Amino acid sequence: MSDNPVRDAITEAITEHEIILFMKGTPEQPMCGFSARTTAALEALGTEYAAVDVLPDPRIRAELSAVSNWPTIPQLFVRGELVGGCDIVTEMYESGELADALGVEAPKDAPARAPVAAEPGAPPLTIDNNLTDRS
Amino acid sequence: MPSTENLKHRIEAAIPGARAEVSDLTGGGDHFRATVVAPDFAALSRIEQHRRVYAVFGPEIGGPIHALSLETRAE
Repeated sequence: MSDNPVRDAITEAITEHEIILFMKGTPEQPMCGFSARTTAALEALGTEYAAVDVLPDPRIRAELSAVSNWPTIPQLFVRGELVGGCDIVTEMYESGELADALGVEAPKDAPARAPVAAEPGAPPLTIDNNLTDRS
Repeated sequence: MPSTENLKHRIEAAIPGARAEVSDLTGGGDHFRATVVAPDFAALSRIEQHRRVYAVFGPEIGGPIHALSLETRAE
């Protein structure tokens, strides 16, 4: 253990959960369009996954990005490895790679295109750069 | 305020042989989408390709550039 409990908790969560998504808000109530779109792709494949809301404590984002070397949220990890953010997850969904990476079979009724969550009234698309210490 | 032309030039200047197309997603000058094709990407995973483009802008991502959606490929 280091003297950085937030970072320890993050690495532990990534290790312990086969599929884990760090996002803004929750799968039921995403607080950003990119997080919404990523959860929609996972849901369309019927995947079970752990989700961590990064919003309650800014240290989560900062430490997560330090661990993953990835500046934005959401971030999807599978078996301890960063798979990507919204763009990569969406691309992999549409190419069929995501189901393979997750080890699931895409349901027959899964849409070919990644579901677009950004409907009117959906949360805005915004990102924060967590690799930069702006304190 | 960053412009699509500005982002395009900076990506192409920073990554050897890169060609970039950048569009403004909302017309507001802060939500962008970029398609970047570069020969150097052949040796990189998709994650590394995206990291390479993010690195061009460093702290501007999440600052003046609120969103930069990416599509990258080697050729």
